[in-house]
Amino acid sequence: MKTQAEIIEELNEIFTEVIDEGEVSLTAETTANDVDGWDSLNHIQIIYSVEKKYGFKFTLPEIQNLNNVGDLINLIIEKSK
Amino acid sequence: MNFNSLKKNLKKDFSPKRHFKLAILGDTATQFLSTAIAGYAVEEEIKIEIYEAPYNQIELQFKNPSSDLHAFNPDYILIFEAESKLRDDFYKTAPLERNSFSETKIEIIKDYANAAKEIGATLLYLNFCEINDGVYGNYAAQYPNSFLFQCRQLNLELGKLASTITGFYIIDLLNLQNTYGINFIKDKQLLIQADMYFTLDFLPIVAKNIIDVIKVRLGDLKKCLILDLDNTTWGGIIGDDGINNIQIGGLGIGKAYSKLQYWAKELKNRGIILCVASKNTEHIALEPFQSHQEMILKEDDISVFMANWDNKATNIQKIQEILNIGFDSMVFIDDNPFEREMVKQNLPKVTVPDLPENPVDYLDYINSLNLFEAANITQLDTKRTEQYKEEAKRVKAKTYFDDEETFLESLNMACHAELINSFSLPRIAQLSLRSNQFNLRTVRFDEEILAKFNSNENHHVISFSLKDKYGDYGLIAALFLEKREQELFINNWIMSCRVLKRGMEKFTLNYLIDFAKTIQCNQIIGEYLPTPKNLLVQDHYKDLGFNDIGNGLWALAIDTYQTFKVQIQTII
Repeated sequence: MKTQAEIIEELNEIFTEVIDEGEVSLTAETTANDVDGWDSLNHIQIIYSVEKKYGFKFTLPEIQNLNNVGDLINLIIEKSK
Repeated sequence: MNFNSLKKNLKKDFSPKRHFKLAILGDTATQFLSTAIAGYAVEEEIKIEIYEAPYNQIELQFKNPSSDLHAFNPDYILIFEAESKLRDDFYKTAPLERNSFSETKIEIIKDYANAAKEIGATLLYLNFCEINDGVYGNYAAQYPNSFLFQCRQLNLELGKLASTITGFYIIDLLNLQNTYGINFIKDKQLLIQADMYFTLDFLPIVAKNIIDVIKVRLGDLKKCLILDLDNTTWGGIIGDDGINNIQIGGLGIGKAYSKLQYWAKELKNRGIILCVASKNTEHIALEPFQSHQEMILKEDDISVFMANWDNKATNIQKIQEILNIGFDSMVFIDDNPFEREMVKQNLPKVTVPDLPENPVDYLDYINSLNLFEAANITQLDTKRTEQYKEEAKRVKAKTYFDDEETFLESLNMACHAELINSFSLPRIAQLSLRSNQFNLRTVRFDEEILAKFNSNENHHVISFSLKDKYGDYGLIAALFLEKREQELFINNWIMSCRVLKRGMEKFTLNYLIDFAKTIQCNQIIGEYLPTPKNLLVQDHYKDLGFNDIGNGLWALAIDTYQTFKVQIQTII
C-alpha cells in the first residue's frame, strides 16, 4: 500500500508532465485555482494519466466529487485496496 | 505516439517543409482533436494553422459569408459529426420520415461540400461509426426505419457523393472502428463530461489518418514497394532450399506469404511500382518468378529486380536511380532486422517497417501503417517498365561508395570460434546438410562422420558463432580441415548467407592461419568444386589472396600471411 507522500510524489510527476509549464509541487490542500495551467482540458488529461498509472477507471460521480488533491489521493488509496 | 507527446510537439521549434490552413468544424468539442492534428503534423514537418469553429456551428459558419470560417480562408475544412449526435437527430425525426433520414442528411452534407468549394477549400469529412442502438436487435440490420440501417446507408451514400465531387475526401473512421473497436475509439465518460467524442488513446490514430489524406493531396505519397525475397516474399531460402521447397501457397506456412504476394500484386495493379532487393544469385532468385506454379508475383510484375550480394542500401540506391523517384516515396519490406537497420541508417528517407516476427502478422502490421494512401488512381504503363529494364542494365554495373567499415564497426560484432565438441556437433551437422550457396566443396558431414573426425588427430573441425547488437545468430560457419604432413587441406568451408558481407570470411581465415601454426603447418590448400548453387563462392580463395596452383586448387603460405583487418571482436 502506497503512502500519501508517495502518491503526492507520483502526482507531482503527472501534473508536471501534462501541464508542461515547469515543476508542479502539490499538497493535499492544493486545488485547481492554486496551479497555473490546471484548466479543464488539462484536468481531463491528468485524470486519464492517473487512471493509466494506477490501472483503474474513475466513475463520473467520483470525478465530480473531487475538491482538492487530498480528495484525489484518498480516492486513489480507496480504489487501490 | 501518445496524445501528450503530440501536445508537446506544439511547443517545438522546427522548420516546416509545408504549411497550410485547416478549419475544424464539429458537433462535439474538438479542442483535443485539433491539438492532436497539429501535433501529429509536426511529426511530418508540417505546420498547420488551425481555426476551430465554436462548437456546433457547422451550418452557421458555412452559411454566413462574414463568418470567421470565411475570413480564415482555409485550405482544408475538416468536419466531424459524431455518431452520437446523429443518433439524437434520428430520434427527433418523425417515425414516418425515418426511412429517408440518410437522404435528408446527405443533402445537408452536399450543401457543406458546395459551400467548401465556394470558399476554395478541400473538404475532409469523417464518416460515421456504426453502432446498433439496441432498439431492434439484429433486426435493425434489415429494417430501414432503424438507426443502424440509416447510418449504414449514410456511410455508403457519403462514399458515392465523394466519388462524384472533386475536392471532397472521406476520412474513413468506420474502417478505424473495424480495426480498433468502438470502445477504443469512443470515450463515453468524456462525452458526458466534456462533450468530447474520442479517447485520448485514439486521438493520435485519427490525427495520423487525417494528415495522411492531406499529405497525399500535397503530393507526398508512396510510389514504390521494394520486397526482400527469402522469408519475406516466400518462406525459406531459395538458394539453400531450392525451388521445390520454398514455402508459398500450399507448402508449410506458404499461405501467409501468398497473402502478402496477392496484396503486392493488387498494389501493382493500382500503379505502385514493385521492385526486388535480395541477397541472392540472380538466376536462382528469378526462378520462382518464372516457373513456380504457386507464385502470384511473376517476373513481369517486378520493374527492377536486384538480386546480388551487394548490401541492400546500395541496391535501393540503384533502384532509386533507375526509377528516378524520391527515396521518401519508397517502402522497403524485409524480415531481417540487420538489413532493415542498414537501410534505415544509410537511407533514412526510405520507409522501412519493423515487421513483426511472425509472418502471419506481416500484412496486418503493414496495413496498420496506412502506407499506400491514394489521392486518385493511375495505371502504371507497360512502356515505362521496359524503360526501367533498360535503365537497370546501366545502373546495375555501378558501384557506390559506402562507408562500410564504419557501418560494420557500429554493429559491435563478436565471434566465438571453437573446436568441435558435443554441443556444437549436431549444429555443425545441420549447417553442413543445409547450406548450398556458401559451400566450397559441397561435401556433407552428418553427425556420425563428425563424431569419427573428433577422434582422428589429422581431422579438425572448427565452428564459428556470431552475434551483434541486433541479436545472436548462433553457429554460422564451419571449417573441416585435414592435415596432410605440412599442408592443411580445407576439406570444406561453409557459412550461412545471413552473415555475408561482414568480414566474417576474413575473420575465419585469420583464425585458420593461427590454428595452422599451432599444428605446425606451413601452407593452406583450398579447393572450389562448382555446383549450380555455389557460384557465390567461385572466387572465394582468389579474393582472400590464395594462389591458383592448377586443377582447381588454391594455396596460401602461412609465413607471409598478412592478417586481415576485421570489425569483429573475438570472444574466448
